[in-house]
Amino acid sequence: MHNLERPGDVDVCSAHLDTRATRVRERANWMRKRLLKMIFDAGQGHPGGDLSASDIIASLYFDILRIDPAAPNAPGRDRFILSKGHCTGALYTALAGAGFFPEAELDTYLQPESRLNGHPNRNYLPGVETNTGPLGHGFPVGVGIAVAGQIDAADYRVFVLTGDGELQEGSMWEAAMFAGHRGLGNLTVIVDRNRLQQGAGTEDTNSLEPLADKWRAFGWDVVEVDGHDHAALLAAFDAAAEPRDKPRVLIANTFKGQGVSYMRDQASWHHGVPNAEQYAQAIAELEAEMRA
Amino acid sequence: MKDVVAPDMFDCRDAYVGAVEELAAADARIVAVVNDSVGSSKLGKFRDRFPARLINVGIAEQNMVGVGAGLANGGKIPFVSGAACFLTARAMEQIKVDCAYSEANVKLCGISSGVAYGELGATHHSIEDVAWLRAIDKLTVIVPSDPWETAAAIRAAAAHQGPVFVRISRMPVPALARSEDATFTIGKAEVLRDGADVAIVANGTLVHRALDAAAMLAGEGIAARVINMATVSPLDGEAILAAAETGAIVTAEEGLATGGLGGAVAEHVARHRPVPMRMLGFPGFLPTGSAAWLMEHFGLTADGIAAAARELVAGKR
Repeated sequence: MHNLERPGDVDVCSAHLDTRATRVRERANWMRKRLLKMIFDAGQGHPGGDLSASDIIASLYFDILRIDPAAPNAPGRDRFILSKGHCTGALYTALAGAGFFPEAELDTYLQPESRLNGHPNRNYLPGVETNTGPLGHGFPVGVGIAVAGQIDAADYRVFVLTGDGELQEGSMWEAAMFAGHRGLGNLTVIVDRNRLQQGAGTEDTNSLEPLADKWRAFGWDVVEVDGHDHAALLAAFDAAAEPRDKPRVLIANTFKGQGVSYMRDQASWHHGVPNAEQYAQAIAELEAEMRA
Repeated sequence: MKDVVAPDMFDCRDAYVGAVEELAAADARIVAVVNDSVGSSKLGKFRDRFPARLINVGIAEQNMVGVGAGLANGGKIPFVSGAACFLTARAMEQIKVDCAYSEANVKLCGISSGVAYGELGATHHSIEDVAWLRAIDKLTVIVPSDPWETAAAIRAAAAHQGPVFVRISRMPVPALARSEDATFTIGKAEVLRDGADVAIVANGTLVHRALDAAAMLAGEGIAARVINMATVSPLDGEAILAAAETGAIVTAEEGLATGGLGGAVAEHVARHRPVPMRMLGFPGFLPTGSAAWLMEHFGLTADGIAAAARELVAGKR
């Protein structure tokens, strides 16, 4: 059998949590620098959402998920689905960092015939569970996996990361309603609640609030968490692993462009690309953050 | 709309559920996913036999197809069943992305396809489905002609690794005469009657009508070949080229006259062996009428097929 140890199972004491959070923080910082290089080199990408999701994705790939890159299709693996499929910078750096493919391949991002497409493709890359890109797709697929796990009484967990703007898609609420109905305790959704969609704020476009109440009304446990606080994220994921008979949603309060001062909380960086000077500044800021 | 079926005629939904139940009894991975369509998909007995394996998402087709793809990821072989009109049109992007592009092992079963819903009108007709679905890469599209072929197609779909759409008829059809060693193979056309003057390429509920047309034509000295093209994608190009050797092709389907089977055949002959064709099917949104009336009214009958064949044969002389 493959080693599908779940690090979070081992020890959840606070000292250990700090150690885990430090490691995740380092990995998230590396992801941010690496994905900005990919976007700078390729001349396109979605840095705003990549940076808002980096801490969430780093927490999952470098601590929480029970996965083995040597056995990416092991039936008992945990599943992570990037329902906000445009945030490939964060996903690909995490997959490479976790060993699913060579880190050097990140340099091929968006190049002709690269396995690193603008949206993830499971037939190109190991570790991708389903192809996403159009919003509103990954979540229903995650619900289907959780139903399979429920039928089989399997112990794997399913994690789905959604955008907040993505919650304007009707299919998301079809999936939320059914997951609540089925009591899918093996399912955890994380909403990357950066409050910005492509062109403007979510609340100015088609408001989501009261968001927690909406999820509760659909039969979900709701936990709000700082989506850039690694210890808080790990604690929330640990708590979500407790046996439960309801699906759980973590509303992760985040900032688009987190980690780069001029991108932070700016809708214009949804798919903006830094120039050479901006790129150098971003890297300098991220390196300074790790020294702090 | 009544479902009274004459003794020698069959509702292919029965063959479909029979095959799914038989597969489910032998393989725990088989599950059924429905959109509140247990009754119209005739899955009541499946639910009674395998209650944990009948997943009813309610009236939510996008979620139904996404959940199907997720079940496949979790190691199941899901038969996702719903009225063809809603399954295809409402969940088209899920079929494209979650099933085909992701190459998920999902079996989509479009129930009561074509104009089976008759008087309920164009909202409930599914005559565009084959045209839409055959444009999607990696998706196998099968339109079985009778109970035997429906059951065989379901078994073949289960054995096939990858996404498959099976179009299940509700309009009564006879069981076609076949040799005992007949087999169904995805992507292989079936020559049901040979002839060198004209070829009739049909599928689904039009196959038995094509055979009746060929019998009529034989009485007039016209030898018509009848080809059952159950698999529209991938298409059996060799069978079409062989049909083109007759010098005349009639296509007939319970769907749009263009874009579906007829379109697929026309594309193939245009590229490789141009030949005069007549494409029989529906013109678009249809007037009020029963399924039987619509078939008559738009010439999707043995008479209509024979008339088209006669015209083409006359044109050759």
